[in-house]
Amino acid sequence: MSEQSNGNHIIVCKDVSKWYGEFQALRDVSLSVKPQEVVVIIGPSGSGKSTFIRCINRLEEHQSGDIIVDGIPLTHDVRNIEQIRSETGMVFQQFNLFPHLTVLENITLAPIHVRKVNKAEAEENAMALLDRVGIPEQALKYPGQLSGGQQQRVAIARSLAMKPKIMLFDEPTSALDPEMIKEVLDVMKELAQSGMTMLVVTHEMGFAKEVADRVVFMDGGEIVEVGTPQHFFENAQHERTKLFLSQIL
Amino acid sequence: MTSAVQTATRKALPPPTERYTILGWLQKNLFDGWFNSGLTIVALGLLYALLRPLLNWAVNTARWEVIPANFNLILRGQYTAEQVWRLWLALYLLAFVVGFAWAANTKIIQGELIVLFAVPLLLMLVPFFDGGIRINLLIVEAAGLVGYVVGRVLPQRQSRLGVYALLIYAVVLLFILRGGSGDTGAWAAVPTNLWGGLLLSLLLAVFGIAISFPLGVLLALGRQSKLPAIRMVSVLYIEFIRGVPLISLLFMAQVMLQLFLPDGFPTIDRALRALAAVTLFSAAYTAENVRGGLQSIPRGQYEAADALGLSTFHSMTFIILPQALRAVIPVLVGQFIGLFKDTSLVALVGLFDLLGVARTVLGNPNWLGTHQEVYAFIGLLYWIFSYMMSYTSRRIEARLAVANR
Repeated sequence: MSEQSNGNHIIVCKDVSKWYGEFQALRDVSLSVKPQEVVVIIGPSGSGKSTFIRCINRLEEHQSGDIIVDGIPLTHDVRNIEQIRSETGMVFQQFNLFPHLTVLENITLAPIHVRKVNKAEAEENAMALLDRVGIPEQALKYPGQLSGGQQQRVAIARSLAMKPKIMLFDEPTSALDPEMIKEVLDVMKELAQSGMTMLVVTHEMGFAKEVADRVVFMDGGEIVEVGTPQHFFENAQHERTKLFLSQIL
Repeated sequence: MTSAVQTATRKALPPPTERYTILGWLQKNLFDGWFNSGLTIVALGLLYALLRPLLNWAVNTARWEVIPANFNLILRGQYTAEQVWRLWLALYLLAFVVGFAWAANTKIIQGELIVLFAVPLLLMLVPFFDGGIRINLLIVEAAGLVGYVVGRVLPQRQSRLGVYALLIYAVVLLFILRGGSGDTGAWAAVPTNLWGGLLLSLLLAVFGIAISFPLGVLLALGRQSKLPAIRMVSVLYIEFIRGVPLISLLFMAQVMLQLFLPDGFPTIDRALRALAAVTLFSAAYTAENVRGGLQSIPRGQYEAADALGLSTFHSMTFIILPQALRAVIPVLVGQFIGLFKDTSLVALVGLFDLLGVARTVLGNPNWLGTHQEVYAFIGLLYWIFSYMMSYTSRRIEARLAVANR
């Protein structure tokens, strides 16, 4: 990997492989993402798409290949891992808010203890973020008192509070009731338009069509096809891609 | 004026009488129809028949005078009589600190607070207490009030100050009880082998709980550690301690420890040895209970903390442990109640805790045959403190319920 290409890409993955015991979950996955790019990863369940983005912030450990995030190689070095994690926000399918803390505390915890921001400033920033995701009035409630859509928006605000350069979304709308999906997607669209680098695993094809710069189709632990949304939905090349799209569209 | 009163009454109508008066309750629950009335009467008759011998004994036969006659012994063992004022001093301070901690924690006046303030006043009604005790109880009450007022004056809620005050109190308490080094004077040393009765039981329990809890949490974390050495040591410790009965640990601490120590090594205090045994024992159980709590935390919580870049220490302190400990409050309190009652085993290795002094009283020829009275009374004391712990635990659970999933 030359210096040149590192400079152009904020995420560089080269030949990333991972096994669970005998089972190979990722096969030589290579993908590079430019700053401000929105990449949507689709594929059938068990195709390794979640595993792949979870490798990028080391929630899963890859066993071979290289991952470089914002110039920092992902190795066993704990300092590198913590640095990458603090620059990479992640939004989970199950929200994973901290149920014993208020919404405000959920958002300010990491800035205060990792970024060492003072409390007043962290809270001000948190309120601004809650405003941005449209639920400032929920600041003092506990996660259990919010709807799924609201919880997911809090989770997005919580990630943004760390001022990450990259946001990873792991099926952010899959656990939501249908009427709440839109409010979360709207927040994600706004985020994409603001220039955030995003890597999104989703089944929302509308979102992929409208927002993605590139769509990646994964199956069987490998990347089958990469292209613009237009290419994908009108002119897919591979049989497996066509089959998948025919099943879900 | 009149209209204001009227609005006030309109807002808070009295509840329907048939549900909230004693007679209404009786009718609804006990005499609702002829069949239920009959059942109630039969049940009352049965209860009376069963309890009559007990009541008869308690009222007519029992020699309750054994309790007042040995009251000092039961409360404080052989603690030097001239130094008893120091126990009172400790109680004044306790009342002050509790009042302060309460007010620092919440400004709302709760029922429990009123009950707490009623305790010294109610104790003043005990018939066999002399004037000195009553005056001291009054000072305790006043100290509690002063502490509460001081806590109220704080500009905002500061639970931490209350916790610090309690921690400082724990240290000061030991200084007050132990005293200086001389044998005479106002601050004469009172060696721990003179401490006894309720005083010793409570000290063993409170310090046992306070020290074994953090130790147990560390062991639980150690058992989950990724470092094999720490994990092994934790597992070995927990499994070893859990594999032996407490009484054997107590005997080891009292009898065998001295054999292992080098010659000329100063003798370790016997009360301290008992405390160490109780604490080490309890820590192993705490560790397993806390581990249960840790395992109940979904993996997503760890992942969310990791993804935010929190260090392991921060993630444990702010995310995992608060939730894990909340989940196991009932179990932990159950275990602490057990620890409190288990302190009675120290009587078997020669310490004079509640059970120990009870046996002393019964060994006194003047009080031969008063087993029932004495054991009933110390049983009551155990029950009162155990129930307080259990009640507190339920209140804490209720208070934390909002933040639960």
